[in-house]
Amino acid sequence: MTTIILYTVLTLSIIGVLSAIILYFVAQKFKVYEDPRIGQVETALPGANCGGCGFAGCRAFAEACVSKGELADLFCPVGGNDTMGGVADILGIVAEKKDPRVAVVRCNGTCEHRPKTNFFDGPVSCAIASTLYSGDTGCQYGCLGCGDCVVACDFDAIHMNPVTGLPEVDDEKCVACGACVKACPKTLIELRKKRPKDRKIYVSCRNQDKGGVARKSCAVACIGCSKCEKECKFDAITIANNLAFIDSDKCTLCRKCVSVCPTNAIIEYNFPPRKVAVAEQPVSVPEKPKEVTVPISSEPKSSEL
Amino acid sequence: MLKTFKIGGVHPAENKLSASKAIEVLTLPKTVFIPVGQHIGAPAEAIVKKGDKLMVGQLIAKSSGFVSANIHSSVSGTVKKVETGPDTSGYPKMGIYIDVEDDIWDEQIDRSAELKSEINLDSAAILAKIQNAGIVGLGGATFPTHVKLMPPKGMKAEVLLINGVECEPYLTSDHRMMLEHGEELIVGVKLLMLALNVDKATIGIENNKQDAIAKMSGLVAGHKNISVVPLKVKYPQGGEKQLIKAVTGREVPSGALPISVGAVVTNIATTYAVYEAVQKNKPLFERVVTVTGKTVKNPSNFKVRIGTTVSELIEAAGGLPENCGKIINGGPMMGKAFANTEIPVTKGTSGILIMPEKEAKRSETMPCIRCSRCVSVCPMGLEPFLLMTLSEKQMWEGAENEKVMDCIECGSCSYTCPANRPLLDFIRLGKVKVGALIRSRKP
Repeated sequence: MTTIILYTVLTLSIIGVLSAIILYFVAQKFKVYEDPRIGQVETALPGANCGGCGFAGCRAFAEACVSKGELADLFCPVGGNDTMGGVADILGIVAEKKDPRVAVVRCNGTCEHRPKTNFFDGPVSCAIASTLYSGDTGCQYGCLGCGDCVVACDFDAIHMNPVTGLPEVDDEKCVACGACVKACPKTLIELRKKRPKDRKIYVSCRNQDKGGVARKSCAVACIGCSKCEKECKFDAITIANNLAFIDSDKCTLCRKCVSVCPTNAIIEYNFPPRKVAVAEQPVSVPEKPKEVTVPISSEPKSSEL
Repeated sequence: MLKTFKIGGVHPAENKLSASKAIEVLTLPKTVFIPVGQHIGAPAEAIVKKGDKLMVGQLIAKSSGFVSANIHSSVSGTVKKVETGPDTSGYPKMGIYIDVEDDIWDEQIDRSAELKSEINLDSAAILAKIQNAGIVGLGGATFPTHVKLMPPKGMKAEVLLINGVECEPYLTSDHRMMLEHGEELIVGVKLLMLALNVDKATIGIENNKQDAIAKMSGLVAGHKNISVVPLKVKYPQGGEKQLIKAVTGREVPSGALPISVGAVVTNIATTYAVYEAVQKNKPLFERVVTVTGKTVKNPSNFKVRIGTTVSELIEAAGGLPENCGKIINGGPMMGKAFANTEIPVTKGTSGILIMPEKEAKRSETMPCIRCSRCVSVCPMGLEPFLLMTLSEKQMWEGAENEKVMDCIECGSCSYTCPANRPLLDFIRLGKVKVGALIRSRKP
């Protein structure tokens, strides 16, 4: 009885040792060298796998960082400068600091401003609606309101406002991964420079029609009158295709353009109410300052603008 | 037993309300808007400018490539402006606005109603006339006819099929055309045979149009090489590939054109347009449109000039009914709802269907129960439920491998789905995305 046990143990041990030796040599022969830094970089990344960096997940981004050896075109929007600093430390280089960005929806065509001309009862998908036709209002550039951006967001940072029918970005949660930018078939969403206290000034319109046509379809459309362009002392505003655009890198948040806009297409957000400016410039619509004090998530924009 | 295509197919309620109504000529509109892109392929280039005086049938936009078609003025009058205007898609399209004055036709057009059956032209001359007249497939796809009639090198047309199926419910324009213009159609068939250099032509008609079958059979009696084939009533028999399968038994391979099996299919209205273009020198500037619907006071078949607005047609059919839910461009199966009624009738407008609210409304979508009804009705042998899921999950390569591009968008899957899933909507999206993917691969 004992001999049987002894033989069994011995045989199995010998097989085990032999296999280990064979496996060792095979492993040496077919060894794939992996830079240990890839693993380290991956651990330093947020692990959201959102694809905001342009790569298929954090692992692919880590591989790209290590293989390139520099971080010129590589940036993790989720982790921001801190994470990239960590990555740079691992690689022994210095990371270039980038301004944090935030997604901004450039359409203010609420039901009030932009009356519905028809009703879409197909599947709730902007992609499908936009392949079928121009949209349920007179403006072919405006938000379709089916919420593809909401579905695309991995960070719960964008939601539809049921009153306005437009998506709203939660600045706290938005990491500027750009998923919503890609999801929007009307290219309404833009990543803009994040400013102190989440202040923003932007043209909330993408309508490239001529002024009259644009105005007819939406009360708050940009008509390309170029008044704001003339007002801006910092060359931050450009007009192209009947549409104004404020460069968030050049804008100094002086708010002068907001008051000259005849259609209220330029939106100021998170600013304190104006004191003197309102009294001096009766041209601007008086409700304006009221709106800017309201946090975007709790109050519908439509009633205010 | 009656012939039909093999796989799939459905039989929706026919509702051919306007089948007994003779074709009426609609009164001239005050202004027309004629888009320059009314066909598949490159839009034509406008050759008129503001203030130009036009005659009916005058060329106003020239075809800008091989796959493109000429556009002619449908009215006489003055060019108001050349600008973008409304389109069924809602996106503005370039076109020509014309203020109508009188009704002066180009002198070369033979306006008499008498039949001109003697043919004294050769193949090339016929083709040239068809191309100059701007004829496109009038069944709805609007593919330029002259392109269809010139097979690519190495391919030879063997048989000409005339599509008198009109399988879409409600629509009756081709049916009326066969009843009222049968003689002209036979001449048109002969012209097409001559242009294609084929010695056999078959007219396929569904069995629910007995009067048309009787009329056309009587007319072809004297012609040995033209035949009429009654077909079993089944949607989508009017699809090119389905008709070829039904009549000849040949199957067009995936991704190939009908010419690869030696068949060329033209629709009844197109054949009539060919007759008019070749024998009467009349370019394509008017067509027959069915205006119909259960709540429409007076469902009719109108002969209208291209560029007339849809609202004028609806007015002529007794006005917009009160409980209108949707106005559809085409039939109920394949048509798309209009977003606006101030849209012009184009070469591709085969019908205008007004649906009451109750019928137009989509039912609530429920989860797929894997009953595979969509698979059994798909006339192309695809798996619609799978294509929809791939499209929903944005797996475009997967959709391409599952042959999403073979889908003919007949809507049988959505029609038959007991869970009311929007199968075709997603498949259509898949086609758009996969199409872009394929194009992006080409250098």
